[in-house]
Amino acid sequence: MLTNLFDGLAYGMLLFVMACGLSVTLGLMNLINLAHGAFAMAGGYVTAVLVNRLGVPFFAALPLAFVASALIGLVLERTLYVHVYRKSHLEQVLFSIGLVFMAMSGVSYLVGSEQQFIKLPAFLANRYEVLGVSIGAYRLLIIGVCGVLALVLQLAVARTRFGAQLRAAVDDPVVARGLGIHVDLVFAATFAVGSGLAGLGGALGAEILGLDPTFPVKYMVYFLIVVAVGGSAGMTGPLVAAVLLGVADVAGKYYAPQFGAFIIYALMIVILLWRPQGLFAKAGGR
Amino acid sequence: MSRAENIALAAASLRKVSAVRAAEIAFWLAALAAFALLPDQALLLSEVTITGLFALSLDLVLGYGGIVSLGHAAFFGAGAYAAGLLTKMGVTDPLLGLALSAAATALLGFVTSFLVLRGSDLTRIMVTLAVAVLLKEIANRIPGITGGADGLQGVAPGPVLGIWEFDIFGQVGFGYSLAVTFVLFLIARRFVVSPFGWSIRAVKENQLRTSAIGIPVSRRLIVVYTLAAAYAGTAGALLAQTTQFVSLDVLEFHRSANLMLMLVIGGTGYLYGGLIGALLFKLVQDAIANITPEYWEFWIGLLLVILVLIGRDRIEAIPRALLRRLRGATP
Repeated sequence: MLTNLFDGLAYGMLLFVMACGLSVTLGLMNLINLAHGAFAMAGGYVTAVLVNRLGVPFFAALPLAFVASALIGLVLERTLYVHVYRKSHLEQVLFSIGLVFMAMSGVSYLVGSEQQFIKLPAFLANRYEVLGVSIGAYRLLIIGVCGVLALVLQLAVARTRFGAQLRAAVDDPVVARGLGIHVDLVFAATFAVGSGLAGLGGALGAEILGLDPTFPVKYMVYFLIVVAVGGSAGMTGPLVAAVLLGVADVAGKYYAPQFGAFIIYALMIVILLWRPQGLFAKAGGR
Repeated sequence: MSRAENIALAAASLRKVSAVRAAEIAFWLAALAAFALLPDQALLLSEVTITGLFALSLDLVLGYGGIVSLGHAAFFGAGAYAAGLLTKMGVTDPLLGLALSAAATALLGFVTSFLVLRGSDLTRIMVTLAVAVLLKEIANRIPGITGGADGLQGVAPGPVLGIWEFDIFGQVGFGYSLAVTFVLFLIARRFVVSPFGWSIRAVKENQLRTSAIGIPVSRRLIVVYTLAAAYAGTAGALLAQTTQFVSLDVLEFHRSANLMLMLVIGGTGYLYGGLIGALLFKLVQDAIANITPEYWEFWIGLLLVILVLIGRDRIEAIPRALLRRLRGATP
């Protein structure tokens, strides 16, 4: 029971790290980006190639996965996404589905369409028994890394100058621009960091989530749930939503395997009907 | 001007825009010619026709109702499974099976239409997506009924109207699909040029103003969503009957995504877009698949990205301009 809770927590933290970038671009910048999972997949594949083919240590590959995905995100934002911010939601959907298709075929062309397994350091396979709870070292690592990241993100958005600029740019881009904030640069940097985090999440989660070219489509709904349910008022909402989703999914698959992912989707529809702006949206927010 | 005169004027202008044009007759004559002259392509053309009907149903939702749906395959799949199961349960008459499947999906559309009434584009995208995934999950989890991942096999519908047996070359299947699509197209055409249809377009343009002039917005959306669901279900049922097989593939996300692409290629909001788009998509897909059978999706994706970046209106202007030239004078 507690073991499931622990696994669910690790899973939820992973989802949070992967989806938090989306909660900014989608929730705050109002860009429907269905290709967010492609950045997570990119991070996963970068790690897989680095570790398995080039022999780079796993822990050295993680930051590289972040950097690689962030760079891809930055380049795509500056060259392509910047043109679709102002387009209709339908066009954003079409555009990002196009990117997903390209990413999926591109990856199977470059690396192959079979599932990738990243060689992990041996000690991550350890399991510890704490008070009757079986804790995997790998999941402990995930919770640790993601927990620290969540804290840093929360502080960055709430306390730093950049965080204030981001909030201002999102609340009212025109006025923010008038105050001398480089709104475009703030958005580009945010997009890059969000993509990088997705990539890091993809790298960390490849073992648990499974890494193959269908990754962006398979987890697209999960990311969207995190954002839609978590709302866009800061980082806490998405974090809580991601952890709830992770725990519910693991528990659902364990206790009621015949229903599979059914419960998650049904729950999402109910929540969206009940509170279309998300569970944790601030009153009067957009 | 008196009220009666105003109404007469409005009716006259509606009649004018809804008049059948020469290009439309040419379009359907071409389809008939394809049936008569290309018997060895019947299987392919039957698939294109069914997909075209499916895209037409998305056009009703998206092009007329303004609802961005990423889960339209839900209705297609539901119709396919309904038709397959009905046939296996002994309802072997294709038209009866078609009508019952359409009714079942209309019911599904009616129920789920309440989910898309509220909320932003994002909420609608997610809800439609979730409904499709949910149905796929159900179909996957009850293999005793749906055949699960193996698909529903042994669907053997009887002869159409008791006369024409389905043949392996797809000739009867194509004729049957084409006839059904034509009839449904006529109904849809009558529907969208009616004052009722125009009021749905008004809802798409501006919900607030539309409700201000006394049009019940929610009810209009429910009607168009239900109708579109029935159309998509009919398309799915046609696929099940003509291919005599249903697999989980009918509910896949790719189907919904590709459908949207077809409709956008063909152009939204004039009903022919879906039919033309389905044909163009198939031609493009085949052309690319001949060059790179494994990675054709990459090029389709690239096409989408370019399409959006250049701007749909600019691309849509090209066939419109051609049509106008065909018609002669600009209306």
